[in-house]
Amino acid sequence: MIGPYYRPQLTSVLSITHRASGVFLSLAGVPLLLWWLVALSSGPEAWQAMRDCFSGLAGLLLAVVGLFSLSFHFYNGIRHLVWDTGRGLDIKTAYRSAWLVLGSSVATTGILLGALP
Amino acid sequence: MSDITHPLARARGHGSARSGVRHWVAQRFSAVLLLLLLPWLVYALFSLAGADHAAAARFAARPWNAALLLLSLLTLLYHAVLGMQVVIEDYVHSRALELALHFIVRAGAVFAAALGVIHVAKLALGA
Repeated sequence: MIGPYYRPQLTSVLSITHRASGVFLSLAGVPLLLWWLVALSSGPEAWQAMRDCFSGLAGLLLAVVGLFSLSFHFYNGIRHLVWDTGRGLDIKTAYRSAWLVLGSSVATTGILLGALP
Repeated sequence: MSDITHPLARARGHGSARSGVRHWVAQRFSAVLLLLLLPWLVYALFSLAGADHAAAARFAARPWNAALLLLSLLTLLYHAVLGMQVVIEDYVHSRALELALHFIVRAGAVFAAALGVIHVAKLALGA
Protein backbone atom coordinates (compact mmCIF):
# COMPACT_ATOMS: atom_id res chain seq x y z
CA MET A 1 0.00 0.00 0.00
CA ILE A 2 2.96 2.34 0.44
CA GLY A 3 4.36 3.92 -2.71
CA PRO A 4 4.49 7.18 -4.66
CA TYR A 5 0.81 6.91 -5.66
CA TYR A 6 -0.57 6.03 -2.25
CA ARG A 7 -3.02 8.47 -0.72
CA PRO A 8 -4.19 7.75 2.85
CA GLN A 9 -7.79 6.58 2.95
CA LEU A 10 -9.89 5.81 6.00
CA THR A 11 -10.34 2.18 4.96
CA SER A 12 -6.64 1.43 4.42
CA VAL A 13 -5.57 3.40 7.50
CA LEU A 14 -7.94 1.31 9.61
CA SER A 15 -6.63 -1.84 7.97
CA ILE A 16 -3.03 -1.15 8.98
CA THR A 17 -4.19 0.11 12.40
CA HIS A 18 -5.86 -3.28 12.95
CA ARG A 19 -2.50 -4.97 12.40
CA ALA A 20 -0.55 -2.41 14.42
CA SER A 21 -2.95 -2.65 17.37
CA GLY A 22 -2.82 -6.45 17.17
CA VAL A 23 0.99 -6.42 17.29
CA PHE A 24 0.93 -3.95 20.18
CA LEU A 25 -1.58 -6.08 22.12
CA SER A 26 0.50 -9.21 21.47
CA LEU A 27 3.83 -7.68 22.50
CA ALA A 28 2.64 -5.41 25.32
CA GLY A 29 -0.93 -6.31 26.31
CA VAL A 30 -0.48 -10.06 26.80
CA PRO A 31 2.79 -9.67 28.77
CA LEU A 32 1.04 -7.10 31.00
CA LEU A 33 -1.80 -9.54 31.69
CA LEU A 34 0.78 -12.20 32.52
CA TRP A 35 2.61 -9.76 34.83
CA TRP A 36 -0.72 -9.01 36.55
CA LEU A 37 -1.32 -12.75 37.12
CA VAL A 38 2.22 -13.45 38.35
CA ALA A 39 2.18 -10.41 40.67
CA LEU A 40 -1.20 -11.42 42.09
CA SER A 41 -0.11 -14.97 42.85
CA SER A 42 3.32 -13.88 44.17
CA GLY A 43 1.95 -11.90 47.11
CA PRO A 44 1.20 -8.40 48.41
CA GLU A 45 4.70 -6.98 47.79
CA ALA A 46 4.78 -7.99 44.11
CA TRP A 47 1.18 -6.78 43.72
CA GLN A 48 2.06 -3.38 45.19
CA ALA A 49 5.25 -3.15 43.09
CA MET A 50 3.21 -3.74 39.91
CA ARG A 51 0.67 -1.09 40.90
CA ASP A 52 3.44 1.43 41.64
CA CYS A 53 4.78 0.92 38.12
CA PHE A 54 1.41 1.91 36.64
CA SER A 55 0.92 5.04 38.70
CA GLY A 56 2.16 8.25 37.14
CA LEU A 57 2.28 9.64 33.63
CA ALA A 58 3.85 6.59 31.97
CA GLY A 59 1.08 4.37 33.35
CA LEU A 60 -1.60 6.77 32.12
CA LEU A 61 -0.03 6.91 28.65
CA LEU A 62 0.14 3.11 28.54
CA ALA A 63 -3.50 2.93 29.63
CA VAL A 64 -4.61 5.34 26.88
CA VAL A 65 -2.69 3.54 24.10
CA GLY A 66 -3.51 0.07 25.45
CA LEU A 67 -7.23 0.67 25.96
CA PHE A 68 -7.59 2.30 22.54
CA SER A 69 -5.70 -0.60 20.89
CA LEU A 70 -7.88 -3.13 22.71
CA SER A 71 -11.22 -1.47 21.96
CA PHE A 72 -10.24 -0.68 18.37
CA HIS A 73 -9.04 -4.24 17.67
CA PHE A 74 -12.21 -5.58 19.34
CA TYR A 75 -14.67 -3.46 17.30
CA ASN A 76 -12.73 -3.65 14.04
CA GLY A 77 -12.46 -7.42 14.58
CA ILE A 78 -16.27 -7.58 14.64
CA ARG A 79 -16.23 -5.54 11.39
CA HIS A 80 -13.88 -8.13 9.88
CA LEU A 81 -16.08 -11.03 11.05
CA VAL A 82 -19.11 -9.39 9.41
CA TRP A 83 -17.09 -8.98 6.20
CA ASP A 84 -16.23 -12.70 6.39
CA THR A 85 -19.94 -13.46 5.96
CA GLY A 86 -19.90 -11.43 2.72
CA ARG A 87 -21.85 -8.47 4.16
CA GLY A 88 -20.95 -4.77 4.28
CA LEU A 89 -18.22 -4.92 1.67
CA ASP A 90 -19.48 -2.09 -0.56
CA ILE A 91 -17.57 1.20 -0.25
CA LYS A 92 -20.36 3.21 1.35
CA THR A 93 -21.02 0.63 4.09
CA ALA A 94 -17.28 0.09 4.64
CA TYR A 95 -16.84 3.80 5.34
CA ARG A 96 -19.87 3.94 7.64
CA SER A 97 -18.63 0.93 9.64
CA ALA A 98 -15.15 2.51 9.76
CA TRP A 99 -16.53 5.65 11.42
CA LEU A 100 -18.68 3.51 13.71
CA VAL A 101 -15.61 1.50 14.80
CA LEU A 102 -13.56 4.67 15.39
CA GLY A 103 -16.33 6.37 17.36
CA SER A 104 -17.01 3.30 19.48
CA SER A 105 -13.29 2.83 20.19
CA VAL A 106 -12.79 6.45 21.30
CA ALA A 107 -15.96 6.31 23.44
CA THR A 108 -14.99 2.98 25.05
CA THR A 109 -11.45 4.22 25.73
CA GLY A 110 -12.87 7.33 27.39
CA ILE A 111 -15.39 5.39 29.51
CA LEU A 112 -12.76 2.87 30.65
CA LEU A 113 -10.25 5.64 31.46
CA GLY A 114 -12.94 7.29 33.56
CA ALA A 115 -13.51 4.00 35.40
CA LEU A 116 -9.85 3.79 36.47
CA PRO A 117 -9.32 4.57 40.15
CA MET B 1 10.64 -34.10 -21.13
CA SER B 2 6.91 -34.37 -21.37
CA ASP B 3 4.81 -33.88 -18.27
CA ILE B 4 2.27 -36.65 -17.76
CA THR B 5 0.95 -35.19 -14.50
CA HIS B 6 -2.80 -34.63 -14.61
CA PRO B 7 -3.57 -30.87 -14.45
CA LEU B 8 -5.73 -31.37 -11.36
CA ALA B 9 -2.90 -33.19 -9.54
CA ARG B 10 -0.52 -30.38 -10.42
CA ALA B 11 -2.97 -27.74 -9.17
CA ARG B 12 -3.36 -29.64 -5.91
CA GLY B 13 0.38 -29.69 -5.47
CA HIS B 14 0.55 -25.90 -5.77
CA GLY B 15 -1.36 -24.92 -2.66
CA SER B 16 -1.45 -21.19 -2.02
CA ALA B 17 -0.27 -20.98 1.56
CA ARG B 18 1.26 -24.37 2.37
CA SER B 19 -1.43 -25.10 4.96
CA GLY B 20 -4.81 -24.24 3.46
CA VAL B 21 -7.72 -22.79 5.33
CA ARG B 22 -7.05 -24.11 8.83
CA HIS B 23 -5.16 -20.98 9.95
CA TRP B 24 -7.93 -18.71 8.69
CA VAL B 25 -10.64 -20.67 10.53
CA ALA B 26 -8.60 -20.90 13.75
CA GLN B 27 -8.03 -17.14 13.77
CA ARG B 28 -11.76 -16.49 13.45
CA PHE B 29 -12.85 -19.12 15.99
CA SER B 30 -10.44 -17.66 18.56
CA ALA B 31 -11.70 -14.16 17.66
CA VAL B 32 -15.31 -15.17 18.37
CA LEU B 33 -14.24 -16.76 21.67
CA LEU B 34 -12.42 -13.54 22.59
CA LEU B 35 -15.56 -11.48 21.83
CA LEU B 36 -17.17 -13.43 24.69
CA LEU B 37 -14.15 -13.49 27.05
CA LEU B 38 -12.77 -9.95 26.73
CA PRO B 39 -15.78 -8.07 28.17
CA TRP B 40 -15.57 -10.31 31.23
CA LEU B 41 -11.78 -9.92 31.48
CA VAL B 42 -11.93 -6.13 31.18
CA TYR B 43 -14.73 -6.01 33.76
CA ALA B 44 -12.71 -8.25 36.11
CA LEU B 45 -9.47 -6.27 35.74
CA PHE B 46 -11.22 -2.93 36.20
CA SER B 47 -13.22 -4.05 39.21
CA LEU B 48 -9.94 -5.19 40.81
CA ALA B 49 -7.95 -2.09 39.78
CA GLY B 50 -8.51 -0.41 43.13
CA ALA B 51 -8.63 -3.59 45.21
CA ASP B 52 -6.03 -4.62 47.77
CA HIS B 53 -4.08 -7.83 47.26
CA ALA B 54 -6.23 -10.01 49.51
CA ALA B 55 -9.48 -9.08 47.74
CA ALA B 56 -7.96 -9.58 44.28
CA ALA B 57 -6.48 -12.95 45.29
CA ARG B 58 -9.85 -14.06 46.69
CA PHE B 59 -11.51 -13.11 43.40
CA ALA B 60 -8.97 -15.03 41.30
CA ALA B 61 -9.16 -18.09 43.59
CA ARG B 62 -12.84 -18.74 42.84
CA PRO B 63 -13.03 -21.68 40.39
CA TRP B 64 -15.08 -19.92 37.70
CA ASN B 65 -12.87 -16.84 37.78
CA ALA B 66 -9.67 -18.90 37.71
CA ALA B 67 -10.98 -20.94 34.77
CA LEU B 68 -12.02 -17.83 32.83
CA LEU B 69 -8.70 -16.07 33.59
CA LEU B 70 -6.77 -19.06 32.26
CA LEU B 71 -9.03 -19.51 29.23
CA SER B 72 -8.69 -15.80 28.43
CA LEU B 73 -4.90 -15.90 28.64
CA LEU B 74 -4.59 -19.06 26.52
CA THR B 75 -7.05 -17.82 23.87
CA LEU B 76 -5.26 -14.46 23.72
CA LEU B 77 -1.91 -16.23 23.28
CA TYR B 78 -3.32 -18.49 20.55
CA HIS B 79 -4.93 -15.59 18.68
CA ALA B 80 -1.75 -13.51 19.08
CA VAL B 81 0.44 -16.29 17.63
CA LEU B 82 -1.85 -16.63 14.59
CA GLY B 83 -1.90 -12.87 14.03
CA MET B 84 1.84 -12.36 14.54
CA GLN B 85 2.47 -15.23 12.11
CA VAL B 86 0.59 -13.44 9.32
CA VAL B 87 2.33 -10.13 10.03
CA ILE B 88 5.76 -11.81 9.99
CA GLU B 89 4.93 -13.70 6.77
CA ASP B 90 3.82 -10.48 5.07
CA TYR B 91 6.56 -8.06 6.12
CA VAL B 92 9.73 -10.11 6.76
CA HIS B 93 11.35 -10.96 3.45
CA SER B 94 14.44 -12.78 4.69
CA ARG B 95 13.62 -16.46 5.09
CA ALA B 96 16.13 -16.94 7.91
CA LEU B 97 14.84 -13.96 9.93
CA GLU B 98 11.26 -15.04 9.23
CA LEU B 99 11.89 -18.52 10.66
CA ALA B 100 13.71 -17.06 13.66
CA LEU B 101 10.80 -14.72 14.42
CA HIS B 102 8.24 -17.56 14.05
CA PHE B 103 10.30 -19.55 16.54
CA ILE B 104 10.57 -16.66 19.01
CA VAL B 105 6.82 -15.93 18.83
CA ARG B 106 5.86 -19.57 19.35
CA ALA B 107 8.43 -20.26 22.06
CA GLY B 108 7.40 -17.07 23.85
CA ALA B 109 3.72 -18.02 23.70
CA VAL B 110 4.36 -21.53 25.02
CA PHE B 111 6.50 -20.12 27.83
CA ALA B 112 3.79 -17.57 28.69
CA ALA B 113 1.13 -20.31 28.65
CA ALA B 114 3.17 -22.48 31.04
CA LEU B 115 3.78 -19.55 33.39
CA GLY B 116 0.10 -18.60 33.27
CA VAL B 117 -1.09 -22.15 34.04
CA ILE B 118 1.24 -22.40 37.05
CA HIS B 119 0.23 -19.04 38.51
CA VAL B 120 -3.51 -19.44 37.96
CA ALA B 121 -3.29 -22.91 39.54
CA LYS B 122 -1.34 -21.46 42.45
CA LEU B 123 -4.01 -18.80 42.98
CA ALA B 124 -6.89 -21.27 42.61
CA LEU B 125 -5.40 -23.85 44.97
CA GLY B 126 -4.26 -21.20 47.46
CA ALA B 127 -0.70 -22.51 47.57
